[in-house]
Amino acid sequence: MPAICFYFQVHQPFRVKHYRFFDIGNTHEYFNGEGVGNLNNEWVLNKVANKCYIPANKIILALLKKHPDFKVSYSISGVALEQFERFAPNVLKSFQDLVKTGQVELLNETYYHSLAFIFSRDEFERQVKKHQETIERLFNVKPRVFRHTELIYNNDLAEAVEKMGFKGILAEGADHILGWKSPDFLYKPKGSTGMSLLLKNYKLSDDIAFRFSSRDWTEFPLTTPKFGQWISAKNGTSQIINLFMDYETFGEHQWEDTGIFHFLEALPEELLKNSHNYFVTPSEAIERLEPIAEIDAPNFYSWADVERDLSAWLSNPLQHDATKKIYELEHDILATKDEKLIHDWRKLQTSDHFYYMCTKWFQDGDVHKYFNPYETPYDAFINYMNVLNDIKLRVNNHLEEKYTKINSKKVDALL
Amino acid sequence: MKILMFGWEFPPYNSGGLGVACEGLTRALHDEGAIINFVLPKKVSIEANHLTFLFADENIYSEKFTTGLLNAYITEKNYNDALFGLTAEERMRYGSDLFHQVRMYSFNAKKIAKETDFDIIHAHDWLTFGAGINAKKISGKPFVAHIHNTVFDRGGGVGINEGEYAIEKEGLTKADKIIAVSHYTKQKVVKHYGIAPEKIEVIHNGIREEVINIEKLEHDITEFKKHKYKIVSFLGRITLQKGPDYFVRVAKKVIDIYPKKVLFLMAGSGDMERQMIREASYLGLSDKFIFTGFLRGEEQQKIFHLSDLFVMPSVSEPFGIVPLEALLMDTPVLISKQSGVSEVLNHALKVDFWDIDEMANKIISVLENQSLSKHLAENGKKEARFLSWEKAARKCMVLYENLIEHNSFS
Repeated sequence: MPAICFYFQVHQPFRVKHYRFFDIGNTHEYFNGEGVGNLNNEWVLNKVANKCYIPANKIILALLKKHPDFKVSYSISGVALEQFERFAPNVLKSFQDLVKTGQVELLNETYYHSLAFIFSRDEFERQVKKHQETIERLFNVKPRVFRHTELIYNNDLAEAVEKMGFKGILAEGADHILGWKSPDFLYKPKGSTGMSLLLKNYKLSDDIAFRFSSRDWTEFPLTTPKFGQWISAKNGTSQIINLFMDYETFGEHQWEDTGIFHFLEALPEELLKNSHNYFVTPSEAIERLEPIAEIDAPNFYSWADVERDLSAWLSNPLQHDATKKIYELEHDILATKDEKLIHDWRKLQTSDHFYYMCTKWFQDGDVHKYFNPYETPYDAFINYMNVLNDIKLRVNNHLEEKYTKINSKKVDALL
Repeated sequence: MKILMFGWEFPPYNSGGLGVACEGLTRALHDEGAIINFVLPKKVSIEANHLTFLFADENIYSEKFTTGLLNAYITEKNYNDALFGLTAEERMRYGSDLFHQVRMYSFNAKKIAKETDFDIIHAHDWLTFGAGINAKKISGKPFVAHIHNTVFDRGGGVGINEGEYAIEKEGLTKADKIIAVSHYTKQKVVKHYGIAPEKIEVIHNGIREEVINIEKLEHDITEFKKHKYKIVSFLGRITLQKGPDYFVRVAKKVIDIYPKKVLFLMAGSGDMERQMIREASYLGLSDKFIFTGFLRGEEQQKIFHLSDLFVMPSVSEPFGIVPLEALLMDTPVLISKQSGVSEVLNHALKVDFWDIDEMANKIISVLENQSLSKHLAENGKKEARFLSWEKAARKCMVLYENLIEHNSFS
C-alpha cells in the first residue's frame, strides 16, 4: 500500500542587477534590473509564470477537482511570494485557489531561501518565522512541516526545527545516508521524539524532473503507464514514495513540447488505477504512518548534483568570502532597524547568489549544465561584492548618524 | 611524417607570438615523430635540435645575417618607412618592398621544394602562403595553410591592405586544409574570404612552461611593491590591434575613482608608443603610468611576477598567448572577448575591449578582493598548463595523415 507524496518547490530569487564599482554610494537599488533578460526579475517571473506556474496550476486545480483523493504539497519561498504579489498577482491567486481546495499543503522554509542555518541560527529562526507569517497572511493556513533550502539537512537542523514545533521535515534520500535502507519509508531524525522525516525517492523523482525528455535515456519516452508500473512494483516493499522536485520542471525545465503537461494531466488517474496506491500530503503521511527507524546525518547534505553536498554554494574561496562577509554584517545591520536595509541584506542571502559563483562545473568542461544569469561566476561575484560594499556604506552611514546623535546629546547634557 | 614548413620568424629572431607558436608547435611535432625542415626567409645564425633550418635566400644573397626588417607583423607601410633609412646595399638585400620580399620567398620556395624530401607542406600566415602554393605546384603534396592572424586583425578595425588580403585569400583558397588558431579566427576566414567552414580546423595554440627562478626576478619596480602599490600591466606590441589606447583610458578611469595606490605598466614597443606616452601625460597619469620599452624573456617574466593583474585589451586577437604566460607566473588575467584565447580560458575575466567602465570595474574588483585574484590565478594557471602543444601537435598529425591518405587516392 504505497502512499504517494508530491512536493513541488517554487522559488525565484531577487537577482542582482548589473552593479558596478561606480554605483557604490550612488544607488541603493540592487534588484531592479531592466529590459529583456535574466537580470530583470519581473521579466523572468512573467516568463516562468507563462511557461510554468499558470498552465501547471490550471492543470493541478482541474486534477484536484476531478480526483478528490489527489493531494499535492508546495513550498513557495518568501521571495517568490513577494514577487508574485508585486509582479503577478494572478499567479498568487492561482496558488490561493489550489490551497482553498483543502487538498494542498504548504510547507515552511526560510523566507529568503537562504543558507542562514549554516551561519546564524538566530537569523535562520527569524527567516522561518517571517515565511510562516507570510503564508498565514496570504493563504490563511499554518504550515506544520519544514523543508530547508535545497533540502540541505543534518541532525542539528532537525533538532532545531523540532524545537520550533514542526511535526515533520523533508530531506534527500541520498545513498550515502541511507546505506542499505530504502527511502520509501517514514523515518525520524536521530534523537527525535516527535518529528518524522520524509526522504525523497530521487530515482523516481529525477525520472520526471531531469530525464523526462532525455533521448539518451534507455527508458525514453516516459509514459504514465510505465511510471505507474514502476510505482506499483513498489507495492509490498514500501510505505511511501516521496516525489520531490522543482515545480519549474513543468514547462520551464521540461518544455511544453516534451509532453510534460500531458504526462502531469494523466498521472493521477493512472496511479489511482491501482487501488493500493493513494495520495498524501506530508502532514497526512506523518499522521497515518509510523517512523520505522532513525536516520543519522551528522554532516550537511542536500539534493543538489551528483555530490549531494553543499559544493554548489560553498566550495570555492569566492563563495566562502561572499557568505562570510554578508553574515558578518548581521549585528550592525539589525542595529540600524532600517527595514529596507535589512530586507535588502536578507535578499542577498538567497542561496542562488552563491550558486551563480560556483566554478566547479568548469572542471568537467560542462559549463552549460547549470543556469546562470551572469556571463561567468566571476561576474556574479564581482557584482555581488560591489553591492555588498554599498550595503556596508549604508550601515556605516547609520552608525555615524547614531554617534553624531550620541555626541550631540552629550554636548546638550554638558551645556 | 616529413614536413616542409614555411615560417617568417623563429625565436630568438622573433617579434611576437608567431615565432613562439612556431617553436612550440615544431617541438611538439618532433616529439610526435615528425621530421621538420623549417624555411626562414633570411639566413640567420640559428640552430635547434628538433628541426633543420633552411634559408630561402641561401645561395642567392650573401650570408651576412639581417633580421631588422623582417618581423611577422610588419605592414607594407612600415616596411617602406623602415626601408627608407637603409643604405643602398642593405636595401638590395631586402628587396624594394615587402611584397617583393614575399615574392622572392615564394619563388625560392620552388627550389627548396625540388631539393627537399617531404610528405606535407605547412605554411604560417600570409607572408609564406605564396611559398606554400609554389611548393604544392612543384611537388603535388598537400598544402596546409595555418592562419595565426588575418589582415582584418592587423588593421585593428580601420581598413585593410588590399595586397595582403589578396595573397591571404589566394593561400586560403589554394590550401588543401586550413588550420585556424581559434573559432574567432575561423569565423573571420569564413566571413571575409568565402571559405567553406568544413575546410577549416580549429587547433588552439599551446603554451610551453619554463622553469623560472623567481628569486632572480629583482627589478626597480619592486620598490613600488614595497610601498604597497598594486600593479596592473599591459604587455604586447603598442599598436592599434592590441588596444593600448584602451589600456591608457582605463588607467585614467581607475585612478580617478579608486582611492588606493595603483600603478599601470605598459611593456612593449610599437608604432603607437609615442602617442601613448603623450596621451598618458596629457591625462595627467605620468606618475602612475610607466613605460618599460620592449622586453624579452626574463624581463617579461619579471613584469608578470610583479603584476597583480595582467590586461590584454586587444581589439582583435586571433589567439593571444601572452595571458597564458602571465597565468603561468601566477598572475590573474583580464582579456578582451575579441580574442581566441578567451575560448580556452574559463578562469579569466573577460570584457569587450571598448567597454572601459566594465574593464575598470573588473580591475578594481581584482585589486579589492583577494579571494577573487587568488582564485583566478590558481585556477587560471591550472587551465593554462592544460593547454599543451602536445595536444595541438597530435591534432596536426591526424590532419596531415588524413590529407596524405586523401591525396594518394585522388
